[in-house]
Amino acid sequence: MRPEELAERVRARVPEVTVARGEATVVVDRARVLAVLAEVRRDDDLAFDFLSSVTATDWPGRAPRFWVSYELSSTRHRHRLRVKVGIDEDDARLPSVTSLFPTADWHERETFDLYGIVFDGHPNLSRILLPDDWEGHPLRKTEELGGVDTRYKGAFVPPVDRRTT
Amino acid sequence: MSETSSRLDLEHVDPDEVREETMIINMGPQHPSTHGVLRLLLELDGENVVSCQPIVGYLHTGIEKNCEYRTWQQGVAYVTRADYLAPFFNELGYCLAAERLLGIEAPPRAQVLRVLFCEMNRIASHLVWPATTGMELGAISMMLYGFREREVILDVFEAATGLRMNHSYFRIGGVIMDLPPDGPAQIREFLRVMPGRIREYERILSENPIWLERNRGVGHLSADRALAFGVTGPMLRAAGVARDVRKDEPYCGYETYEFGVPTASEGDCYARYLVRVEEMKQSLGIVEQCLDRLAEPGPVMVEDPKLRWPAQLEVGPDGIGNSPAYVRHIMEESMEALIHHFKMVTEGISVPAGEVYQPVESPRGELGYYLVSDGGHRPYRVKIRDPSFVNLQAVPAMLEGALVADAIAVIASVDPVMGGVDR
Repeated sequence: MRPEELAERVRARVPEVTVARGEATVVVDRARVLAVLAEVRRDDDLAFDFLSSVTATDWPGRAPRFWVSYELSSTRHRHRLRVKVGIDEDDARLPSVTSLFPTADWHERETFDLYGIVFDGHPNLSRILLPDDWEGHPLRKTEELGGVDTRYKGAFVPPVDRRTT
Repeated sequence: MSETSSRLDLEHVDPDEVREETMIINMGPQHPSTHGVLRLLLELDGENVVSCQPIVGYLHTGIEKNCEYRTWQQGVAYVTRADYLAPFFNELGYCLAAERLLGIEAPPRAQVLRVLFCEMNRIASHLVWPATTGMELGAISMMLYGFREREVILDVFEAATGLRMNHSYFRIGGVIMDLPPDGPAQIREFLRVMPGRIREYERILSENPIWLERNRGVGHLSADRALAFGVTGPMLRAAGVARDVRKDEPYCGYETYEFGVPTASEGDCYARYLVRVEEMKQSLGIVEQCLDRLAEPGPVMVEDPKLRWPAQLEVGPDGIGNSPAYVRHIMEESMEALIHHFKMVTEGISVPAGEVYQPVESPRGELGYYLVSDGGHRPYRVKIRDPSFVNLQAVPAMLEGALVADAIAVIASVDPVMGGVDR
Protein backbone atom coordinates (compact mmCIF):
# COMPACT_ATOMS: atom_id res chain seq x y z
CA MET A 1 0.00 0.00 0.00
CA ARG A 2 1.33 3.45 -0.90
CA PRO A 3 1.83 5.82 2.06
CA GLU A 4 -1.08 8.02 0.91
CA GLU A 5 -3.50 5.08 0.70
CA LEU A 6 -2.21 3.82 4.01
CA ALA A 7 -2.79 7.24 5.57
CA GLU A 8 -6.34 7.28 4.18
CA ARG A 9 -6.98 3.87 5.66
CA VAL A 10 -5.55 4.81 9.06
CA ARG A 11 -7.42 8.13 9.06
CA ALA A 12 -10.71 6.25 9.43
CA ARG A 13 -9.48 5.16 12.86
CA VAL A 14 -7.14 7.95 13.97
CA PRO A 15 -7.75 11.38 12.43
CA GLU A 16 -4.28 12.89 12.88
CA VAL A 17 -2.28 11.32 10.05
CA THR A 18 0.46 13.04 8.10
CA VAL A 19 2.56 11.80 5.20
CA ALA A 20 6.08 13.16 4.75
CA ARG A 21 9.01 11.72 2.79
CA GLY A 22 7.05 8.59 2.01
CA GLU A 23 6.30 7.82 5.65
CA ALA A 24 2.93 7.88 7.35
CA THR A 25 2.84 9.20 10.92
CA VAL A 26 -0.10 9.27 13.30
CA VAL A 27 -0.24 11.31 16.46
CA VAL A 28 -2.30 9.80 19.24
CA ASP A 29 -3.25 10.72 22.75
CA ARG A 30 -1.44 8.97 25.59
CA ALA A 31 -4.63 7.34 26.84
CA ARG A 32 -5.28 5.77 23.43
CA VAL A 33 -1.82 4.46 22.52
CA LEU A 34 -2.49 0.83 23.48
CA ALA A 35 -5.90 0.83 21.82
CA VAL A 36 -4.56 2.33 18.57
CA LEU A 37 -1.64 -0.11 18.36
CA ALA A 38 -4.05 -2.99 18.94
CA GLU A 39 -6.46 -1.68 16.30
CA VAL A 40 -3.91 -1.23 13.51
CA ARG A 41 -2.60 -4.66 14.34
CA ARG A 42 -6.02 -6.33 14.16
CA ASP A 43 -7.15 -4.64 10.92
CA ASP A 44 -6.50 -7.10 8.06
CA ASP A 45 -5.60 -4.37 5.56
CA LEU A 46 -3.11 -2.78 7.94
CA ALA A 47 -1.86 -5.78 9.95
CA PHE A 48 0.94 -3.95 11.80
CA ASP A 49 2.19 -7.00 13.65
CA PHE A 50 5.85 -6.04 14.03
CA LEU A 51 7.29 -3.36 16.28
CA SER A 52 10.70 -2.29 15.00
CA SER A 53 11.62 0.36 17.48
CA VAL A 54 10.48 2.54 20.36
CA THR A 55 12.32 5.74 21.12
CA ALA A 56 11.88 9.34 22.17
CA THR A 57 12.96 12.87 21.33
CA ASP A 58 13.35 15.70 23.80
CA TRP A 59 12.26 19.29 23.04
CA PRO A 60 12.87 21.33 26.23
CA GLY A 61 10.82 24.50 26.50
CA ARG A 62 8.07 23.18 24.28
CA ALA A 63 4.79 21.55 25.23
CA PRO A 64 4.73 18.60 25.14
CA ARG A 65 8.41 18.22 25.94
CA PHE A 66 8.82 14.57 24.93
CA TRP A 67 7.66 12.73 21.82
CA VAL A 68 7.73 8.95 22.04
CA SER A 69 7.62 7.23 18.65
CA TYR A 70 6.77 3.63 17.77
CA GLU A 71 7.98 2.30 14.40
CA LEU A 72 5.52 -0.34 13.23
CA SER A 73 5.72 -2.55 10.18
CA SER A 74 3.63 -5.30 8.67
CA THR A 75 5.15 -8.68 7.80
CA ARG A 76 2.28 -9.38 5.42
CA HIS A 77 1.90 -6.05 3.59
CA ARG A 78 5.48 -4.74 3.90
CA HIS A 79 4.40 -1.24 4.85
CA ARG A 80 5.32 0.96 7.78
CA LEU A 81 3.66 3.38 10.16
CA ARG A 82 4.99 5.65 12.88
CA VAL A 83 2.85 6.28 15.96
CA LYS A 84 3.82 9.30 18.04
CA VAL A 85 2.71 10.29 21.50
CA GLY A 86 3.50 13.63 23.11
CA ILE A 87 4.01 13.69 26.88
CA ASP A 88 4.63 16.50 29.32
CA GLU A 89 7.75 16.98 31.37
CA ASP A 90 6.08 16.86 34.80
CA ASP A 91 4.10 13.73 33.99
CA ALA A 92 6.45 11.71 31.78
CA ARG A 93 4.54 8.42 31.87
CA LEU A 94 3.10 6.13 29.24
CA PRO A 95 1.35 2.76 29.35
CA SER A 96 3.76 -0.04 28.42
CA VAL A 97 2.98 -1.91 25.18
CA THR A 98 4.86 -5.06 26.21
CA SER A 99 1.56 -6.95 26.54
CA LEU A 100 0.95 -6.36 22.83
CA PHE A 101 4.54 -6.52 21.56
CA PRO A 102 6.94 -8.44 23.83
CA THR A 103 9.84 -6.88 21.89
CA ALA A 104 8.96 -3.50 23.47
CA ASP A 105 10.54 -4.75 26.72
CA TRP A 106 14.11 -3.66 26.01
CA HIS A 107 13.10 -0.70 23.84
CA GLU A 108 11.08 0.75 26.71
CA ARG A 109 13.83 0.05 29.20
CA GLU A 110 16.26 1.92 26.94
CA THR A 111 13.88 4.87 26.59
CA PHE A 112 13.43 4.94 30.37
CA ASP A 113 17.19 4.73 30.89
CA LEU A 114 18.13 7.50 28.47
CA TYR A 115 15.10 9.83 28.79
CA GLY A 116 13.55 9.04 32.17
CA ILE A 117 10.16 8.27 30.67
CA VAL A 118 8.24 5.80 32.83
CA PHE A 119 6.29 2.98 31.16
CA ASP A 120 3.46 1.89 33.46
CA GLY A 121 2.87 -1.85 33.54
CA HIS A 122 6.33 -2.78 32.28
CA PRO A 123 7.43 -6.11 33.84
CA ASN A 124 10.92 -4.91 34.81
CA LEU A 125 11.51 -1.23 34.18
CA SER A 126 15.19 -0.84 35.11
CA ARG A 127 18.22 0.75 33.49
CA ILE A 128 19.64 -1.25 30.62
CA LEU A 129 22.61 0.53 29.04
CA LEU A 130 23.82 2.55 32.01
CA PRO A 131 24.85 1.29 35.48
CA ASP A 132 22.00 0.96 37.99
CA ASP A 133 23.39 3.74 40.18
CA TRP A 134 23.71 6.27 37.37
CA GLU A 135 22.12 9.64 38.07
CA GLY A 136 20.15 11.41 35.37
CA HIS A 137 19.02 10.48 31.88
CA PRO A 138 21.78 11.37 29.42
CA LEU A 139 19.84 11.74 26.16
CA ARG A 140 17.77 14.58 27.61
CA LYS A 141 18.90 17.81 25.99
CA THR A 142 19.38 19.34 29.44
CA GLU A 143 22.15 16.84 30.25
CA GLU A 144 25.54 17.90 29.05
CA LEU A 145 27.74 15.69 26.92
CA GLY A 146 30.59 15.54 29.42
CA GLY A 147 34.26 15.12 28.70
CA VAL A 148 37.58 16.52 29.83
CA ASP A 149 39.83 19.34 28.69
CA THR A 150 42.44 18.06 26.28
CA ARG A 151 45.94 19.55 26.11
CA TYR A 152 46.97 20.46 22.60
CA LYS A 153 50.09 22.49 21.73
CA GLY A 154 50.32 23.99 25.20
CA ALA A 155 46.67 25.04 25.44
CA PHE A 156 43.70 23.22 26.92
CA VAL A 157 40.85 22.51 24.54
CA PRO A 158 37.46 22.13 26.31
CA PRO A 159 35.06 19.27 25.50
CA VAL A 160 33.03 19.68 22.35
CA ASP A 161 29.84 20.95 24.00
CA ARG A 162 31.69 23.67 25.92
CA ARG A 163 33.65 25.11 23.00
CA THR A 164 32.70 28.60 21.92
CA THR A 165 33.80 28.21 18.30
CA MET B 1 31.39 -14.36 61.05
CA SER B 2 28.98 -16.44 63.10
CA GLU B 3 29.79 -19.83 64.53
CA THR B 4 27.05 -21.72 62.71
CA SER B 5 27.73 -20.57 59.18
CA SER B 6 31.48 -20.89 59.29
CA ARG B 7 31.61 -24.52 60.34
CA LEU B 8 30.04 -27.48 58.61
CA ASP B 9 28.22 -29.64 61.10
CA LEU B 10 29.47 -33.09 60.05
CA GLU B 11 27.59 -34.82 62.87
CA HIS B 12 24.20 -34.02 61.37
CA VAL B 13 24.76 -34.51 57.63
CA ASP B 14 22.08 -36.70 56.11
CA PRO B 15 23.72 -38.69 53.26
CA ASP B 16 20.32 -39.32 51.62
CA GLU B 17 19.29 -35.67 51.51
CA VAL B 18 18.81 -34.28 47.97
CA ARG B 19 19.50 -30.60 47.78
CA GLU B 20 16.90 -28.90 45.66
CA GLU B 21 17.97 -25.28 45.51
CA THR B 22 19.12 -23.85 42.19
CA MET B 23 22.44 -22.21 41.54
CA ILE B 24 22.93 -18.74 40.08
CA ILE B 25 25.93 -18.43 37.80
CA ASN B 26 27.37 -15.38 36.08
CA MET B 27 28.53 -16.02 32.54
CA GLY B 28 30.51 -13.03 31.39
CA PRO B 29 30.91 -10.11 30.92
CA GLN B 30 34.48 -11.33 30.43
CA HIS B 31 34.05 -14.72 28.85
CA PRO B 32 35.56 -16.01 25.61
CA SER B 33 32.26 -17.27 24.25
CA THR B 34 30.05 -14.25 24.88
CA HIS B 35 31.25 -12.41 21.75
CA GLY B 36 32.37 -9.34 23.61
CA VAL B 37 31.01 -8.11 26.89
CA LEU B 38 27.66 -9.80 27.18
CA ARG B 39 26.75 -11.01 30.67
CA LEU B 40 24.26 -13.80 31.30
CA LEU B 41 22.76 -14.45 34.69
CA LEU B 42 22.00 -18.18 34.53
CA GLU B 43 19.90 -20.01 37.06
CA LEU B 44 20.89 -23.65 36.93
CA ASP B 45 19.32 -26.81 38.26
CA GLY B 46 22.25 -29.16 37.86
CA GLU B 47 23.07 -28.97 34.15
CA ASN B 48 19.68 -27.56 33.18
CA VAL B 49 19.00 -23.89 32.63
CA VAL B 50 15.99 -22.78 34.68
CA SER B 51 16.12 -19.15 33.69
CA CYS B 52 18.45 -16.76 31.96
CA GLN B 53 18.75 -13.01 32.07
CA PRO B 54 20.99 -11.23 29.54
CA ILE B 55 22.61 -8.07 30.93
CA VAL B 56 23.99 -5.56 28.45
CA GLY B 57 25.48 -2.08 28.53
CA TYR B 58 29.14 -2.80 29.27
CA LEU B 59 30.20 -1.29 25.93
CA HIS B 60 27.94 1.76 26.00
CA THR B 61 29.86 4.66 24.48
CA GLY B 62 27.10 7.20 23.91
CA ILE B 63 27.31 7.22 20.12
CA GLU B 64 23.77 8.60 19.79
CA LYS B 65 24.45 11.48 22.19
CA ASN B 66 27.81 12.26 20.58
CA CYS B 67 26.22 12.55 17.15
CA GLU B 68 24.03 15.39 18.44
CA TYR B 69 27.15 17.48 19.09
CA ARG B 70 28.87 16.99 15.72
CA THR B 71 28.11 18.06 12.18
CA TRP B 72 26.02 15.86 9.91
CA GLN B 73 29.10 14.64 8.02
CA GLN B 74 31.00 13.80 11.21
CA GLY B 75 28.13 11.52 12.27
CA VAL B 76 29.34 8.93 9.75
CA ALA B 77 32.56 8.44 11.69
CA TYR B 78 30.58 7.78 14.87
CA VAL B 79 27.92 5.40 13.63
CA THR B 80 30.42 3.24 11.73
CA ARG B 81 31.79 2.23 15.13
CA ALA B 82 28.48 0.90 16.48
CA ASP B 83 28.27 -2.59 14.95
CA TYR B 84 31.97 -2.90 14.20
CA LEU B 85 31.62 -6.10 12.18
CA ALA B 86 29.24 -4.36 9.80
CA PRO B 87 30.62 -0.81 9.52
CA PHE B 88 29.36 -0.22 5.97
CA PHE B 89 25.77 -0.96 6.95
CA ASN B 90 25.85 1.63 9.72
CA GLU B 91 27.27 4.21 7.34
CA LEU B 92 24.67 3.28 4.73
CA GLY B 93 21.69 3.55 7.08
CA TYR B 94 22.86 6.91 8.38
CA CYS B 95 23.67 8.35 4.95
CA LEU B 96 20.43 7.11 3.34
CA ALA B 97 18.39 8.62 6.17
CA ALA B 98 20.24 11.96 5.91
CA GLU B 99 19.84 11.93 2.12
CA ARG B 100 16.11 11.40 2.47
CA LEU B 101 15.91 14.39 4.81
CA LEU B 102 17.85 16.42 2.26
CA GLY B 103 15.75 15.08 -0.61
CA ILE B 104 18.78 13.95 -2.63
CA GLU B 105 20.00 10.68 -4.06
CA ALA B 106 23.55 9.48 -4.52
CA PRO B 107 24.70 9.09 -8.15
CA PRO B 108 24.21 5.61 -9.72
CA ARG B 109 27.87 4.64 -9.51
CA ALA B 110 27.98 5.52 -5.81
CA GLN B 111 24.94 3.32 -5.25
CA VAL B 112 26.60 0.39 -7.01
CA LEU B 113 29.73 0.90 -4.88
CA ARG B 114 27.57 0.99 -1.76
CA VAL B 115 25.90 -2.30 -2.67
CA LEU B 116 29.27 -3.83 -3.54
CA PHE B 117 30.87 -2.89 -0.24
CA CYS B 118 27.83 -3.87 1.79
CA GLU B 119 27.69 -7.33 0.27
CA MET B 120 31.44 -7.85 0.70
CA ASN B 121 30.93 -6.74 4.30
CA ARG B 122 28.07 -9.20 4.71
CA ILE B 123 30.39 -12.03 3.65
CA ALA B 124 33.13 -10.80 6.01
CA SER B 125 30.66 -10.63 8.90
CA HIS B 126 29.14 -14.03 8.10
CA LEU B 127 32.70 -15.47 8.02
CA VAL B 128 33.37 -14.32 11.57
CA TRP B 129 30.23 -16.14 12.63
CA PRO B 130 31.23 -19.77 11.79
CA ALA B 131 34.79 -18.90 12.76
CA THR B 132 33.98 -17.89 16.34
CA THR B 133 31.15 -20.40 16.71
CA GLY B 134 33.44 -23.16 15.43
CA MET B 135 36.03 -22.20 17.97
CA GLU B 136 33.49 -22.29 20.82
CA LEU B 137 32.02 -25.61 19.78
CA GLY B 138 35.31 -27.38 19.18
CA ALA B 139 35.96 -26.87 15.45
CA ILE B 140 39.13 -24.79 15.74
CA SER B 141 40.13 -25.20 12.09
CA MET B 142 36.97 -23.37 11.05
CA MET B 143 38.18 -20.37 12.98
CA LEU B 144 41.45 -20.31 11.10
CA TYR B 145 39.74 -20.62 7.71
CA GLY B 146 37.05 -18.06 8.50
CA PHE B 147 39.54 -15.41 9.53
CA ARG B 148 41.84 -16.27 6.62
CA GLU B 149 39.17 -15.41 4.03
CA ARG B 150 37.93 -12.40 5.99
CA GLU B 151 41.45 -11.01 5.78
CA VAL B 152 41.24 -11.06 1.96
CA ILE B 153 38.05 -8.97 2.11
CA LEU B 154 39.58 -6.55 4.61
CA ASP B 155 42.51 -6.10 2.19
CA VAL B 156 40.03 -4.98 -0.47
CA PHE B 157 38.44 -2.58 2.03
CA GLU B 158 41.82 -1.23 3.00
CA ALA B 159 42.85 -0.66 -0.62
CA ALA B 160 39.65 1.29 -1.32
CA THR B 161 39.02 3.15 1.94
CA GLY B 162 42.40 3.21 3.70
CA LEU B 163 41.08 1.29 6.70
CA ARG B 164 40.24 -2.30 7.54
CA MET B 165 37.34 -1.32 9.82
CA ASN B 166 35.44 1.90 10.68
CA HIS B 167 35.92 3.14 7.14
CA SER B 168 33.78 6.33 6.97
CA TYR B 169 33.70 5.59 3.24
CA PHE B 170 30.03 6.27 2.57
CA ARG B 171 29.27 9.96 2.91
CA ILE B 172 26.08 11.94 2.70
CA GLY B 173 25.58 12.27 -1.07
CA GLY B 174 27.71 9.35 -2.24
CA VAL B 175 31.04 7.77 -1.36
CA ILE B 176 34.28 9.59 -0.64
CA MET B 177 36.27 8.18 -3.58
CA ASP B 178 36.17 5.63 -6.35
CA LEU B 179 37.76 2.18 -6.26
CA PRO B 180 41.52 2.13 -6.85
CA PRO B 181 42.51 1.06 -10.40
CA ASP B 182 43.33 -2.51 -9.36
CA GLY B 183 40.24 -2.79 -7.13
CA PRO B 184 37.99 -4.67 -9.60
CA ALA B 185 40.76 -7.20 -10.37
CA GLN B 186 41.32 -7.76 -6.65
CA ILE B 187 37.60 -8.40 -6.12
CA ARG B 188 37.38 -10.68 -9.19
CA GLU B 189 40.19 -12.80 -7.77
CA PHE B 190 38.27 -13.04 -4.49
CA LEU B 191 35.12 -14.06 -6.38
CA ARG B 192 37.10 -16.78 -8.19
CA VAL B 193 38.48 -18.29 -4.98
CA MET B 194 35.58 -17.87 -2.58
CA PRO B 195 32.99 -20.41 -3.88
CA GLY B 196 35.54 -23.21 -3.41
CA ARG B 197 36.29 -22.00 0.09
CA ILE B 198 32.61 -22.00 1.03
CA ARG B 199 32.39 -25.62 -0.22
CA GLU B 200 35.35 -26.30 2.04
CA TYR B 201 33.49 -24.93 5.09
CA GLU B 202 30.47 -27.01 4.21
CA ARG B 203 32.66 -30.12 3.97
CA ILE B 204 34.12 -29.32 7.40
CA LEU B 205 30.86 -28.50 9.16
CA SER B 206 27.66 -29.64 7.46
CA GLU B 207 28.01 -33.32 8.32
CA ASN B 208 30.44 -33.01 11.18
CA PRO B 209 28.95 -35.15 14.01
CA ILE B 210 30.07 -32.72 16.75
CA TRP B 211 28.71 -29.73 14.85
CA LEU B 212 25.39 -31.51 14.28
CA GLU B 213 25.16 -32.69 17.87
CA ARG B 214 25.79 -29.21 19.26
CA ASN B 215 23.54 -27.29 16.84
CA ARG B 216 20.71 -29.43 15.58
CA GLY B 217 17.52 -29.09 17.63
CA VAL B 218 19.26 -26.58 19.91
CA GLY B 219 17.94 -23.09 20.57
CA HIS B 220 14.66 -23.57 18.77
CA LEU B 221 12.67 -20.40 18.08
CA SER B 222 9.40 -20.58 16.15
CA ALA B 223 8.43 -17.94 13.60
CA ASP B 224 5.63 -16.57 15.79
CA ARG B 225 7.83 -16.16 18.82
CA ALA B 226 10.64 -14.68 16.75
CA LEU B 227 8.29 -12.03 15.36
CA ALA B 228 6.91 -11.29 18.83
CA PHE B 229 10.45 -10.69 20.09
CA GLY B 230 11.20 -8.47 17.09
CA VAL B 231 13.87 -10.86 15.81
CA THR B 232 15.06 -10.17 12.24
CA GLY B 233 17.80 -11.31 9.88
CA PRO B 234 19.15 -14.85 9.54
CA MET B 235 17.54 -15.86 12.85
CA LEU B 236 14.07 -15.05 11.54
CA ARG B 237 14.74 -16.51 8.09
CA ALA B 238 15.95 -19.73 9.73
CA ALA B 239 12.45 -19.95 11.24
CA GLY B 240 10.90 -19.79 7.78
CA VAL B 241 9.96 -16.10 7.42
CA ALA B 242 11.44 -14.62 4.22
CA ARG B 243 11.70 -11.11 5.59
CA ASP B 244 14.54 -9.10 4.08
CA VAL B 245 14.61 -5.30 3.87
CA ARG B 246 16.49 -5.52 0.55
CA LYS B 247 13.43 -7.17 -1.00
CA ASP B 248 10.61 -5.61 1.03
CA GLU B 249 11.71 -1.98 0.98
CA PRO B 250 14.55 -1.84 -1.57
CA TYR B 251 17.21 0.87 -1.31
CA CYS B 252 20.30 1.60 -3.46
CA GLY B 253 18.60 -0.16 -6.37
CA TYR B 254 18.48 -3.62 -4.77
CA GLU B 255 15.30 -4.31 -6.76
CA THR B 256 17.45 -4.41 -9.93
CA TYR B 257 19.79 -7.12 -8.65
CA GLU B 258 19.11 -10.82 -8.90
CA PHE B 259 19.43 -12.63 -5.61
CA GLY B 260 17.49 -15.01 -3.44
CA VAL B 261 16.47 -14.81 0.21
CA PRO B 262 17.52 -18.16 1.72
CA THR B 263 15.26 -19.56 4.40
CA ALA B 264 15.07 -22.73 6.47
CA SER B 265 12.16 -24.13 8.43
CA GLU B 266 13.68 -25.75 11.53
CA GLY B 267 14.39 -22.54 13.46
CA ASP B 268 17.32 -24.07 15.37
CA CYS B 269 21.02 -23.20 15.51
CA TYR B 270 21.79 -25.52 12.60
CA ALA B 271 19.18 -23.82 10.40
CA ARG B 272 20.82 -20.46 11.18
CA TYR B 273 24.13 -21.90 10.03
CA LEU B 274 22.58 -23.11 6.76
CA VAL B 275 20.94 -19.71 6.13
CA ARG B 276 24.17 -17.80 6.74
CA VAL B 277 26.20 -20.01 4.40
CA GLU B 278 23.56 -19.64 1.67
CA GLU B 279 23.54 -15.86 2.18
CA MET B 280 27.28 -15.73 1.56
CA LYS B 281 26.73 -17.42 -1.81
CA GLN B 282 23.94 -14.97 -2.71
CA SER B 283 26.17 -12.04 -1.73
CA LEU B 284 28.92 -13.33 -4.04
CA GLY B 285 26.37 -13.21 -6.86
CA ILE B 286 25.43 -9.61 -6.03
CA VAL B 287 29.09 -8.54 -5.89
CA GLU B 288 29.60 -10.01 -9.36
CA GLN B 289 26.63 -8.04 -10.72
CA CYS B 290 28.06 -4.88 -9.12
CA LEU B 291 31.42 -5.37 -10.85
CA ASP B 292 29.70 -5.64 -14.23
CA ARG B 293 27.89 -2.35 -13.58
CA LEU B 294 31.11 -0.62 -12.55
CA ALA B 295 32.34 -0.82 -16.15
CA GLU B 296 30.45 2.48 -16.70
CA PRO B 297 32.45 5.38 -15.25
CA GLY B 298 30.64 8.20 -13.48
CA PRO B 299 30.66 10.52 -10.48
CA VAL B 300 30.56 8.96 -7.00
CA MET B 301 29.34 12.07 -5.15
CA VAL B 302 26.54 14.57 -5.76
CA GLU B 303 27.64 17.69 -7.67
CA ASP B 304 25.95 20.26 -5.39
CA PRO B 305 28.80 22.28 -3.81
CA LYS B 306 26.50 23.12 -0.88
CA LEU B 307 26.42 19.42 0.04
CA ARG B 308 29.59 17.71 -1.13
CA TRP B 309 32.72 17.72 0.98
CA PRO B 310 34.98 20.46 -0.42
CA ALA B 311 38.41 18.79 -0.20
CA GLN B 312 39.79 16.79 -3.08
CA LEU B 313 42.02 13.82 -2.47
CA GLU B 314 44.85 12.67 -4.65
CA VAL B 315 47.30 9.86 -4.08
CA GLY B 316 50.62 11.41 -3.14
CA PRO B 317 54.01 9.80 -2.51
CA ASP B 318 52.82 8.77 0.96
CA GLY B 319 49.85 6.89 -0.45
CA ILE B 320 47.12 9.44 0.24
CA GLY B 321 46.75 13.19 0.54
CA ASN B 322 45.17 16.43 -0.60
CA SER B 323 45.23 17.44 -4.23
CA PRO B 324 47.98 20.11 -4.64
CA ALA B 325 45.91 21.81 -7.37
CA TYR B 326 42.94 22.17 -5.01
CA VAL B 327 45.11 23.48 -2.16
CA ARG B 328 46.60 26.06 -4.55
CA HIS B 329 43.10 27.06 -5.67
CA ILE B 330 41.81 27.85 -2.19
CA MET B 331 45.06 29.25 -0.78
CA GLU B 332 46.21 31.40 -3.69
CA GLU B 333 43.51 31.89 -6.29
CA SER B 334 40.05 32.30 -4.79
CA MET B 335 39.03 33.90 -1.52
CA GLU B 336 35.44 32.69 -2.05
CA ALA B 337 36.64 29.10 -2.43
CA LEU B 338 38.57 29.41 0.83
CA ILE B 339 35.53 30.81 2.68
CA HIS B 340 33.37 28.06 1.23
CA HIS B 341 35.86 25.40 2.28
CA PHE B 342 36.11 26.86 5.78
CA LYS B 343 32.33 27.05 6.23
CA MET B 344 31.77 23.51 4.97
CA VAL B 345 34.44 22.04 7.22
CA THR B 346 33.69 23.90 10.44
CA GLU B 347 29.95 24.47 10.20
CA GLY B 348 28.91 21.67 7.86
CA ILE B 349 25.73 21.30 5.87
CA SER B 350 22.28 22.19 7.16
CA VAL B 351 19.51 19.64 6.81
CA PRO B 352 15.80 20.56 6.49
CA ALA B 353 13.71 19.88 9.60
CA GLY B 354 11.90 16.56 9.71
CA GLU B 355 12.22 12.93 10.69
CA VAL B 356 12.85 9.68 8.82
CA TYR B 357 13.26 6.03 9.72
CA GLN B 358 15.53 4.22 7.28
CA PRO B 359 15.95 0.44 7.62
CA VAL B 360 18.73 -1.50 5.89
CA GLU B 361 19.36 -5.26 5.95
CA SER B 362 22.55 -5.74 7.97
CA PRO B 363 24.13 -9.19 8.43
CA ARG B 364 22.19 -9.44 11.68
CA GLY B 365 18.83 -8.14 10.53
CA GLU B 366 16.94 -4.88 10.30
CA LEU B 367 19.29 -2.03 11.14
CA GLY B 368 17.18 1.12 11.41
CA TYR B 369 18.25 4.74 11.57
CA TYR B 370 15.72 7.21 12.96
CA LEU B 371 17.07 10.69 12.30
CA VAL B 372 15.44 13.90 13.44
CA SER B 373 16.57 17.31 12.22
CA ASP B 374 15.52 20.70 13.55
CA GLY B 375 16.89 22.36 10.44
CA GLY B 376 20.31 23.03 11.93
CA HIS B 377 23.86 21.98 11.24
CA ARG B 378 23.76 19.07 13.65
CA PRO B 379 21.44 16.08 13.95
CA TYR B 380 18.79 16.68 16.61
CA ARG B 381 18.41 12.97 17.29
CA VAL B 382 20.15 9.87 15.97
CA LYS B 383 18.49 6.63 17.03
CA ILE B 384 20.09 3.37 16.00
CA ARG B 385 17.75 0.38 15.97
CA ASP B 386 20.42 -2.27 16.19
CA PRO B 387 19.35 -5.83 15.29
CA SER B 388 21.70 -7.49 17.82
CA PHE B 389 20.09 -5.50 20.64
CA VAL B 390 16.63 -6.74 19.74
CA ASN B 391 17.64 -10.31 18.83
CA LEU B 392 19.31 -10.84 22.22
CA GLN B 393 15.90 -10.50 23.87
CA ALA B 394 14.99 -13.92 22.47
CA VAL B 395 17.87 -15.70 24.25
CA PRO B 396 15.96 -16.52 27.47
CA ALA B 397 13.14 -18.04 25.40
CA MET B 398 15.60 -20.19 23.44
CA LEU B 399 17.37 -21.36 26.60
CA GLU B 400 14.40 -22.43 28.73
CA GLY B 401 14.98 -26.05 29.76
CA ALA B 402 18.17 -26.30 27.73
CA LEU B 403 21.49 -27.58 29.01
CA VAL B 404 24.11 -25.11 30.16
CA ALA B 405 26.36 -26.17 27.28
CA ASP B 406 23.62 -25.14 24.84
CA ALA B 407 23.93 -21.59 26.12
CA ILE B 408 27.21 -21.33 24.19
CA ALA B 409 25.66 -22.53 20.93
CA VAL B 410 22.56 -20.36 21.37
CA ILE B 411 24.47 -17.14 22.08
CA ALA B 412 26.74 -17.87 19.13
CA SER B 413 23.76 -18.47 16.83
CA VAL B 414 22.39 -15.00 17.62
CA ASP B 415 25.70 -13.55 16.39
CA PRO B 416 25.47 -10.50 18.67
CA VAL B 417 27.96 -7.68 18.25
CA MET B 418 28.09 -5.79 21.51
CA GLY B 419 29.30 -2.58 19.89
CA GLY B 420 25.92 -2.44 18.20
CA VAL B 421 23.94 -3.66 21.20
CA ASP B 422 25.31 -1.08 23.62
CA ARG B 423 26.11 1.74 21.17
